[in-house]
Amino acid sequence: MHRGKGMKFVGDSRVPAPSERKPNIPKDYSEYPGKTEAFWPNFLLKEWMVGAVFLIGFLCLTVAHEPPLEKIADPSDTAYIPLPDWYFLFLYQLLKYTYASGPFNAVGAFIIPGLAFGALLLAPFIDRGPERRPSKRPLATGFMLLAIAGITFLTWQSVATHDWEAAANQGKIVAEVEIDTEAEGYKLLEANNCLSCHGAELTGGGGSPALVDTGLTPEEVSEIAKNGRGSMPAGMFKGTDEELKKLAEYISGLTSK
Amino acid sequence: MLNKIYDWVDERLDITPLWRDIADHEVPEHVNPAHHFSAFVYCFGGLTFFVTVIQILSGMFLTMYYVPDIKNAWESVYYLQNHVAFGQIVRGMHHWGASLVIVMMFLHTLRVFFQGAYKKPRELNWVVGVLIFFVMLALGLTGYLLPWDMKALFATKVTMQIIESTPLIGTYLKTLIAGDPDIVGAQTITRFFAIHVFFLPAALFGLMAAHFVMIRKQGISGPL
Repeated sequence: MHRGKGMKFVGDSRVPAPSERKPNIPKDYSEYPGKTEAFWPNFLLKEWMVGAVFLIGFLCLTVAHEPPLEKIADPSDTAYIPLPDWYFLFLYQLLKYTYASGPFNAVGAFIIPGLAFGALLLAPFIDRGPERRPSKRPLATGFMLLAIAGITFLTWQSVATHDWEAAANQGKIVAEVEIDTEAEGYKLLEANNCLSCHGAELTGGGGSPALVDTGLTPEEVSEIAKNGRGSMPAGMFKGTDEELKKLAEYISGLTSK
Repeated sequence: MLNKIYDWVDERLDITPLWRDIADHEVPEHVNPAHHFSAFVYCFGGLTFFVTVIQILSGMFLTMYYVPDIKNAWESVYYLQNHVAFGQIVRGMHHWGASLVIVMMFLHTLRVFFQGAYKKPRELNWVVGVLIFFVMLALGLTGYLLPWDMKALFATKVTMQIIESTPLIGTYLKTLIAGDPDIVGAQTITRFFAIHVFFLPAALFGLMAAHFVMIRKQGISGPL
């Protein structure tokens, strides 16, 4: 590769340190033992190959897993259980403990994270010794391992205590369907208090599934209406058998176009 | 041909010193995985940069469709994901890339920490690196709201409660970020969009430039 033209450079950006101070310019690489390699083009080519392999793996991930999208935000759904992105779970979980929430909120929201991230930011000024090996600086290594263990534990706790089944249901995109509120089936739903959980638009919410696109047969629907399922108690339906049949057929027939 | 163009520009602007500063240096053996496989730990920083570039490019393409508005934000994301050719890939790259950037940055931070590479004379570069970490977390937080779906809204409400609980300035801070002391709504989404797309990337570029200038100036830390 063509390098320079024998010109005098006005300013090489590498400013030498005054010799009376400890030199802050690293040794020339030729002083390192072993084989150095030119960055351009040899090493960069290898880096690009690693990058290409990485990119292929990454694209496979994006093809295999569709990015999640829940239904459009509905501020009126008060039963929704919120969850932040996974890398904030440990902070979120911390705020659930007695001495880190409520009257102690400042502890969980500011003091503990502030100390941890503050220490991370100022690590070079706290751990000032000349030693670099982890075994030679036990305090720095110990606190970092403790922090990693803490973050892992809190994240795990948060994942373990979250109701993933309800979470998958509560945000599902429900296909819109024109609902005839004058229909006999809808009137029966109204009369039996179904709408208070399943919603006036029958779109569900807060742990109750939508009644549109259920994919259930009328027999299965009447079975659930009588005996309940999941958090739905038995005996919700209080009408006659004939009404139950009408209601079941109505729900079973609710499909979006 | 290329050499001739280079010579033509170099004759006028003397770009060779610039070129030398950026690319003309040797890579020492101890960071080269071709010589010691365990040196793959030195790849994490570069991969963080690589994923960041993916985030910038995919984000630029997302804004071709995205509308920062409470009525249309979700619709535009849904349309992009389900009706635009390769829209799912573009959104997927931005969505999964956001997680990957955190993972890679975490690994890079741990590598630098456990090797004690932040010690003199590299203290400032460590501080800048941790600031980049904070900016990335803030990018993740503001980006989470933008699709305006259920989890976006409710996670942001929780964030706002935490911000509001800041001693003394809580309410002002919340109003500044959300655009209203009580509502997470139309103002919030435009503010988060502006923060996510203009303010934080600007800060990120400045910090990354400083990060790279410093490493070129100081060189990589020696072997343990």
